Amino acid sequence: MQRIRIVYAKGRELMFTGNLDMQKVWERTFRRAGLELAYSQGFHPQPRIHQACPLPVGFTSQFELLDFWLNTNGTLQEIEAKLQPALQPGITILHMREVPLSENSLQTQVVAAKYVVFFDFKVNKQQVENRLNRLRSSEACIRTRRGKEYDLLPLIKSISFINGPHPYLEMILSATAGATGRPEEVLDELGIDYTDTSIVRTDLVLSE
Amino acid sequence: MNENTEIARKLKKILPAVQKPGRYVGGELNQVKKDWESVATHIALVFPDIYDIGLPNLGIMILYEQINQRQDALCERTYVPWLDMETAMRRAGIPLYSLESFKPLAEFDIVGFTLPYETLYTNVLNALDLANIPLHSAQRADAHPIILAGGHATFNPEPMAPFFDVFVIGEGEEVIHEVIDCVQKSKASGATRAETIQSLSRIAGIYVPALYEPQYHADGTFKELKPVFENAPLSIRKRICSSLPLPPTRFLVPSIDVVHNRVALEIMRGCTRGCRFCHAGIVTRPVRERSVPDILNALDTALKHTGYEEIALLSLSSSDYTHIQQLVEAIVDRFSGRNLTISLPSLRIESFSVDLMEKLKGVRQGGFTLAPEAASDKMRNIINKLIQMEKLLSTAREIYSRGWQSIKLYFMIGQPGETIEDVQAIADICKQVIAEGRKAIGKRANLHAGVSTFVPKPHTPFQWASLDSLPVVLEKQNLLKDQLRGPGMKMTWSNPRETILEAALSRGDRNLAKVIEAAWRGGAKFDAWQDQFNYNVWMDAFDAQLIDPEFYTSRPRDLEEVFPWDHIHTGVSKRYLKNEFLKSKEGQLTSDCREGCHGCGILTEFSDLRQKAPADRWLCPERT
Repeated sequence: MQRIRIVYAKGRELMFTGNLDMQKVWERTFRRAGLELAYSQGFHPQPRIHQACPLPVGFTSQFELLDFWLNTNGTLQEIEAKLQPALQPGITILHMREVPLSENSLQTQVVAAKYVVFFDFKVNKQQVENRLNRLRSSEACIRTRRGKEYDLLPLIKSISFINGPHPYLEMILSATAGATGRPEEVLDELGIDYTDTSIVRTDLVLSE
Repeated sequence: MNENTEIARKLKKILPAVQKPGRYVGGELNQVKKDWESVATHIALVFPDIYDIGLPNLGIMILYEQINQRQDALCERTYVPWLDMETAMRRAGIPLYSLESFKPLAEFDIVGFTLPYETLYTNVLNALDLANIPLHSAQRADAHPIILAGGHATFNPEPMAPFFDVFVIGEGEEVIHEVIDCVQKSKASGATRAETIQSLSRIAGIYVPALYEPQYHADGTFKELKPVFENAPLSIRKRICSSLPLPPTRFLVPSIDVVHNRVALEIMRGCTRGCRFCHAGIVTRPVRERSVPDILNALDTALKHTGYEEIALLSLSSSDYTHIQQLVEAIVDRFSGRNLTISLPSLRIESFSVDLMEKLKGVRQGGFTLAPEAASDKMRNIINKLIQMEKLLSTAREIYSRGWQSIKLYFMIGQPGETIEDVQAIADICKQVIAEGRKAIGKRANLHAGVSTFVPKPHTPFQWASLDSLPVVLEKQNLLKDQLRGPGMKMTWSNPRETILEAALSRGDRNLAKVIEAAWRGGAKFDAWQDQFNYNVWMDAFDAQLIDPEFYTSRPRDLEEVFPWDHIHTGVSKRYLKNEFLKSKEGQLTSDCREGCHGCGILTEFSDLRQKAPADRWLCPERT
């Protein structure tokens, strides 16, 4: 058995495909590729494909992580050669490597995610800067999501506004179980309607 | 969604706020996207329900592949938006568009709807409206697409006649190419819309309703369909393929979950059983089988193209497929160990079926489905479905004792001549089945009785029969609801008011078009959805048009009555159907026609095509 980690980009074709459906997309990709996935034990065996961290529906990504287990042993080149022609439109493999079978699950390793936000409209730079400053200098930022109150501030690891001909926002948000920051929430706090933006995940930060 | 069209830009803004936006963006694996300008003819296929239901539709899949194999045409798809998306589209001024090019439907040359059942009719009107295409054929201008329909419900096209330019009756694989060729030629010659439609009417199997005017007797019954154009054919014979063409293998694989996520393969078309209520059994005659090697090759290719984890082998009666055992064994040989689920529906009630299913199931999940339809000897003779109850019980015993915990039985109430005692027999047999389950595996045994209500269908021996009245249906359902309860028992039934609508539309005439339009204007859509179906809107629409639904549903029909669908010819003669109806009244059975030809008419009607087919592919014996 071998365990392989893929770094891939998820394009616009799949931006409305959620996490559960991505699991199926990958399962079928491996089937088309003729790669024999290992299955879990039990009454309903499931193929062993583990995604690192759900990408919210509506976003694209330049950095998604996924581990899969194969029953066979092959070289990375062989595996990639089979995988490439079987890929679903919207998936681009950026990198592959073998990882030790004993390594902790990807999900438990993710601590933060980095997002870049582009604007579909001409953004008022001064206003965004002002709101960012206010947010940075506040002691807490209590919001309600799905009927529950929480503090957004500690979930923001960093945030900056990059000025230029095509200004954008860059933020690193906490992404651990029970403490996941959502970019739309941050945008709302800045007075920006997220449906007027394009949000791209550009990195996942793993624990050491 | 990489399109840079105006529609795509507007969609970006509204999609984040609707449920399951993945329904509206296409981009599936195996989607075919051609350069719009590079082809002469643009065809949009519409399944008039939401994506989740329409995407797996095999008819659409077949035609999508057929058309896109042509260099000179492209085929794109659309489905109708769910309520939230419809509201958002109307507000943003987005017309119904195709999922490949994000082009408005109105820009296509041909828009084809599939109509597998009647409760999609209001969705057709809604789709046309959302596409900014006039509802009535007569109101359309030269620039509008040709609007056509096909599918099982179009064997009675009359209720929807004013809304379609053209109906395609029967199997579409061959005739679709003739339609495209004809539209291409017309367009090249600068023909008007009316001229194009008239030349389409010269293709075998094409029905153009505008070429006729229905005439009625004073009592409202149908008199005749009067041609108002010279050369309009008096009878439209359905199209069939002499042997089944290669099945589709490049199935669209959606990126979101839909109702069926699988490779669907027809192992045969048609049925020789002759159940007297069955519409599909008549309209899909004759029986044509695919060979075992053809099926295996198609499955192999389809699995490579899709990566699907499930295969469904489709037919009206799998057990009747000549080489069923060989097929199942070959499938197990070739595909076992791949964690595939393989389903084989419509099995006969006998222990051999349990053997077959056992072979196919590595891990036994879910239930085992059988369709006895009726429970008393009398009813089984009337409907011509021969199943001994002793055999049902012994099969059930086998199923439970070989590891299945759950059995689903389909029954149909309301067939002609049924009394409350016959319904009681259904309850009794269900209790006996669950008792067998308890004996075999104790309290784990489950039984699910699915009880539908019989709807008399055109072109069947029961086209003369009456629909049970609402109080009678309710009485029968209540008896079953009362008795089929308790641990391990579950019963589901059809909404009797929905049945009334289906029955009226099934045997309707052209007058019903006004009712359908009024119902849609009153807000009716998604009539096939239990939570959306609105009986009152429909009854108001009937009232407003001064039409009594009972005229279509429960009115006793004279044996000599001319029907509004008589001009559509399935190949089975009306004389044969009438004889079957009379035999049902006498409780006389008609044997499976593989055992001997009963002269339904198919062989004489399609003798030319029979000559072309390999001898063993039509399961009709020679006439004696």
